[in-house]
Amino acid sequence: MEKNTNYLVGVFGDQDILVKAVKALRKKGVKIYEVFTPYPVHFLEDALGYKRSWMPRAAFGFGALGTTCAILLQSWIMGYEWPMIIGGKGFIAIPDFVPITFELTVLFSAFGMAGSFFVSQDLKPHKVPQIFDRRQSDDKHIMAIDLAKNSLSEDELKTLLQEVGAEEVNNKSFTEREKKASFFDYVSDLFTKGVTDSARELKG
Amino acid sequence: MQIVSKVREPLVTGGKTYKDITEDVCRPVEANPSKGWFGGMALSLFLLLAGGYYLGDMLWNGIGRWGLNKTVQWAWDITNFVWWVGIGHAGTLISAVLLLFRQKWRTSINRAAEAMTIFAVICAAIWPVVHMGRPWIGGIWALPLPNTYGSLWVNFNSPLLWDVFAISTYFSVSLVFWFIGLVPDFATIRDRAIKPIPRLIYGALSMGFNGSAKTWMHYEAVSLILAGLSTPLVLSVHTIVSMDFATSVIPGWHTTIFPPYFVAGAIFSGFAMVLTLMLVTRKLYKLEDYITMEHIEMMSLVVTITGSVVGIAYITEFVIAWYSGVEYEQYAFVNRMTGQYWWAYWSMMACNVISPQVFYVKKLRTNIPFIFFISIVVNIGMWFERFVIIVTSLHRDYLPSSWLYFNPTITDVMCYVFTFGLFFTLFLAFAKYFPVVNMAEVKSVLKDSDSKVYKSRRTISNEVVPEADRVPVDL
Repeated sequence: MEKNTNYLVGVFGDQDILVKAVKALRKKGVKIYEVFTPYPVHFLEDALGYKRSWMPRAAFGFGALGTTCAILLQSWIMGYEWPMIIGGKGFIAIPDFVPITFELTVLFSAFGMAGSFFVSQDLKPHKVPQIFDRRQSDDKHIMAIDLAKNSLSEDELKTLLQEVGAEEVNNKSFTEREKKASFFDYVSDLFTKGVTDSARELKG
Repeated sequence: MQIVSKVREPLVTGGKTYKDITEDVCRPVEANPSKGWFGGMALSLFLLLAGGYYLGDMLWNGIGRWGLNKTVQWAWDITNFVWWVGIGHAGTLISAVLLLFRQKWRTSINRAAEAMTIFAVICAAIWPVVHMGRPWIGGIWALPLPNTYGSLWVNFNSPLLWDVFAISTYFSVSLVFWFIGLVPDFATIRDRAIKPIPRLIYGALSMGFNGSAKTWMHYEAVSLILAGLSTPLVLSVHTIVSMDFATSVIPGWHTTIFPPYFVAGAIFSGFAMVLTLMLVTRKLYKLEDYITMEHIEMMSLVVTITGSVVGIAYITEFVIAWYSGVEYEQYAFVNRMTGQYWWAYWSMMACNVISPQVFYVKKLRTNIPFIFFISIVVNIGMWFERFVIIVTSLHRDYLPSSWLYFNPTITDVMCYVFTFGLFFTLFLAFAKYFPVVNMAEVKSVLKDSDSKVYKSRRTISNEVVPEADRVPVDL
């Protein structure tokens, strides 16, 4: 049999208490698995010690690619592939290429960055997310602590969490089936067992 | 909990909690649609089908069904195109430009405004496609695709091609921006679902988003950069639309003021349309605590400012025509005011320049039925602006023997009605199945109502605040 309790889940009601709690816990050497919030909480990523997002670099890289492609495409078509004489002007008329170069830069940059975001964060329509507490997308901030990765005992961590302001401290574990997170299992469970957990009250 | 500042009206009123925001926004998505919604949907579908019949007839028989003649070869088609594209500017302006300026009041209106943008651009994109007569060919020939004619390519020196790129980039980038904003809210609806099918559909739409701090960090960076990219994009789109006219040699079109003047006009008509839609949505969805009087006032003021910019542009254009000493240019402008289309010109002036000035009066910019009326007037005026620019410049060409008057046919009118049907059908579907307010963003500003930045205006007294929410503020 698998071990049943893997995570301690602290529920916080206020963003300021949450950020302070994260700092206090990390100071005490507690390893936080992840924090889930209903909206972006500023300074939380600093408190958790995350590196700055690399999305700006992705945007720049893809944007530069777009600029290059646009200039090459237009110059090749208008200058070499099928040059057209328009009032005896130059074939490669750079000022005329500015609007489309700009548009393609924005297009490549936006799609490249959004694609990088979805792929790197493993967001896809058939993803089965691991959810510690459904209220994470409603009004509560959820802090998950992996018990196996912390040297402190479960009780010690529980008291610590309550000390730093958690409203509730719960245990959460995922079954093997949930951990594998196959989309087909998820769908078949959904239709055979129905919805078993919700942020709303389940009726019937 | 919400903290109410004594010195500034909070962005969200009514002492709402995080839970209340979720409940208020998700309720219409989770409940059955109201009778009013079915009525509205039936009406829009009727317009869509009735207009669609005439559009189909036009596609089958050709654009001779429109009232175009050999002198006025562009009329309602391009007027409607520019009008819809203009309306499609407000959403991105609200969500991108106001994000860069850290205007937090945008959070409760940006979702619906962006939806409106996307639907308006769809309605706009229909016009250049159908006016080609054979859209199944034209839609492909407009793109730089290799073909068996040589390859014979599109002309990259043409503003019409720039427009193809501008509109399609604008549409797709707005769609991405909108979708990224929707992902966390779809996750909220997914987590609240109590039936398998909504859980599955909203689960797929939310892309498995779980609100982890790391994802939010990247998400914030992505939103900010998309806003930074969309800001010049939104300005470029109407600039390029104006170049369709400005780079020609037709008197009345050949003016360098067009790009800024078109962009101001686009923001003007876009905000008017946002007001039209939001005043209704706010009432029907009981969102008065999220879209407050202050929001409406702010939008009314934007309408006044951009309306004045447009007014100055009209006058500048006129003065420059006189100053240029070019007889053709001078004639074009005098003809606009006093020629056969004088009624269109003066409707435009009355609706766009004079009517928005009423919002200088506080009593009028807080009177909702009146604002609704003005928002409609502004949109009528902006339609006339495009009609005046396009038709009056064309109907008197260089040869007096070809001077003609343009009369629309029933097909002209009904094709326009078709786009209204499409727009309202899409908007009503959005209002039912999607969260109309960006929950995550509104939640993130709930606490900010008392931040130092806002403590510059004193508009609220403690008496109107519920007892429980009052906080002592020392001034």
